[in-house]
Amino acid sequence: MLKLTNISLTFNEGTLDEKKALNDINLEMEKGEFVTVIGSNGAGKSTIMNVISGNLIPDVGDVYIDGKQVVHLPEYKRSPYIGRVFQDPNAGTAPSMTIEENLAMAYSRTKKRKLSLGVTKKRKEMFKEHLKTLDIGLEDRLTAKVGLLSGGERQALSLLMTTFTEPNILLLDEHTAALDPSRAELITNLTEKVVRESGLTTLMVTHNMQQALDLGNRLIMMDKGKIIFDVSGVEQEKLTVQDLLNEFQNIRGAQFEDDRVVLG
Amino acid sequence: MFISMFGAVESGVIYAIMALGVYLTFRVLDFPDLTVDGSFVTGAAVAAISIVNGIPPIYATAMGAIAGFIAGCITGLLHTKGKINALLSGILMMTALYSINLRIMGQPTLSMLNETTIFSQLESMWAATGIDSFLNGLLASIGLEQFPSTWAIVFVMIIVTVLIKFITDFYLKTEVGLALRAIGDNKKMIRSLSANTDTLTIVGVGISNGFVALSGALYAQLGAFSDVNMGIGMIVIGLASVIIGEALFGKKTIARVTLAVICGAVIYRMIVTLALRVDFLDTGDMKLITAIIVITALVAPKTLQIRREKKRRSEKREQLGRQAEGDSHA
Ligand SMILES: Nc1ncnc2c1ncn2[C@@H]1O[C@H](COP(=O)(O)OP(=O)(O)OP(=O)(O)O)[C@@H](O)[C@H]1O
Ligand SMILES: [Mg+2]
Repeated sequence: MLKLTNISLTFNEGTLDEKKALNDINLEMEKGEFVTVIGSNGAGKSTIMNVISGNLIPDVGDVYIDGKQVVHLPEYKRSPYIGRVFQDPNAGTAPSMTIEENLAMAYSRTKKRKLSLGVTKKRKEMFKEHLKTLDIGLEDRLTAKVGLLSGGERQALSLLMTTFTEPNILLLDEHTAALDPSRAELITNLTEKVVRESGLTTLMVTHNMQQALDLGNRLIMMDKGKIIFDVSGVEQEKLTVQDLLNEFQNIRGAQFEDDRVVLG
Repeated sequence: MFISMFGAVESGVIYAIMALGVYLTFRVLDFPDLTVDGSFVTGAAVAAISIVNGIPPIYATAMGAIAGFIAGCITGLLHTKGKINALLSGILMMTALYSINLRIMGQPTLSMLNETTIFSQLESMWAATGIDSFLNGLLASIGLEQFPSTWAIVFVMIIVTVLIKFITDFYLKTEVGLALRAIGDNKKMIRSLSANTDTLTIVGVGISNGFVALSGALYAQLGAFSDVNMGIGMIVIGLASVIIGEALFGKKTIARVTLAVICGAVIYRMIVTLALRVDFLDTGDMKLITAIIVITALVAPKTLQIRREKKRRSEKREQLGRQAEGDSHA
């Protein structure tokens, strides 16, 4: 479904702030696989998300989606295949537009936009049904401006906007990090549910180690632009947070450093 | 007095089309486009030279609008593909258009006094209806002595402008229109939802300047002349209309704002007309007046809001104080 081969990316090459963000990354994901990504600060997790989405073009390496080389396609041409939820709850929605208008825009992600009404009666009903699954009462506020919603509500809406069109690949970059614990849990549960129900191929960055172990069926650990650890299936289920920390120490000979890490 | 107010409404409704264009860039796209000063004249120039050369006024007007659309697209291109700052793209295009407009007209001013314009055609058609004599009769019965020479322009322009408003409202609700609005609201998001923001911006700025040029083409025909300098300060007038309209009528929905913008344009013309009747002010002061109007429309609503909030809070405090007093007595 998704294949990255020999991806390298250096920021500000040849200057004093040269930063090798990705160093020969290879990653292959099967359809329906749910991969969690952990790693220290600046490991390159967000960068790899941006390379997949087309926000950044790698110096070398290829990106294949469904066997199709997409590395030179700009972001808007890739996004019919890719759904993304950002860390910042403000990033995934248009604040001065209404909930139904936001959903209508998301609904057009996989199609060519036409000169026909974005919000129709039929679509309204469909949006309502989808909003009901969030179970936070948004279905009664279709015409409310999204700017009025709380961060958690907005993030739930972003998640819905991204997933209800069932993207081939779902990218989640710390999408619960800006929320308080109870909201974060709500979004995590929703994520788990929708990924399971729709069988989405998912790559999720998290700072919560326990969550990384519990969610999904594969876990990768990144450090200094490399994937240093990759487990899946039964092996992942048996791991504990302490194992992960030890693993990092073994491989790197250093402490796992992350100012936002949540051990579980 | 009535006559000059009538004139204000007449030109205000034509300016309103320009103001709708300015609304599209400044508000919808969040693109501060200064092409306007140039494209207004481009519309006027293309229409005027076409009419002078015998092209039917309706086509001449349409060609003016199309020329403005192209100019706007170029501004959009400069910004999106040329990666030039939005303000600068507009200024560059406006500067270039000054020379282009001169070339189009071949001379700094072009008179259409003896030509058939869209309005002279309209007036002759209208005269047959007898509506004018009816309305002027009404005016006479309430004691007015001077009458507008024709009601045709006001009526037809209101219909045309409102029609353009409805088309704009609809467009902004289509799938394409929603994406266009999202550019001004959250560009990163709409790109991740597979919209080609560059193309949308180019087309959006194009449509905006198409409106502006249409307004210019009509305005030139209203006055029966086109002047290479007639666009100076147009952008501020457009902004004034948008800001006055929003301040007075709110911006709850798209349909409401576009209506507000039209009313804003008419009210702006009325204020200017009134101001110019004050003895110590003359036409040279118009730009200053415009600037003051815009500043007032920007500052006043906020000041009022702060006042209202203050009042509400102090009332609440008083009320609570009284309650507490009541409680302690009880
Ligand atoms: N646009 C950029 N220009 C220069 N350097 C950058 C840029 N974006 C990221 N970097 C650098 O590349 C490295 C990898 O960044 P990235 O954002 O991928 O880290 P991350 O794993 O997401 O970290 P975090 O856990 O803090 O979010 C960092 O050292 C960062 O400073
Ligand atoms: Mg990151």
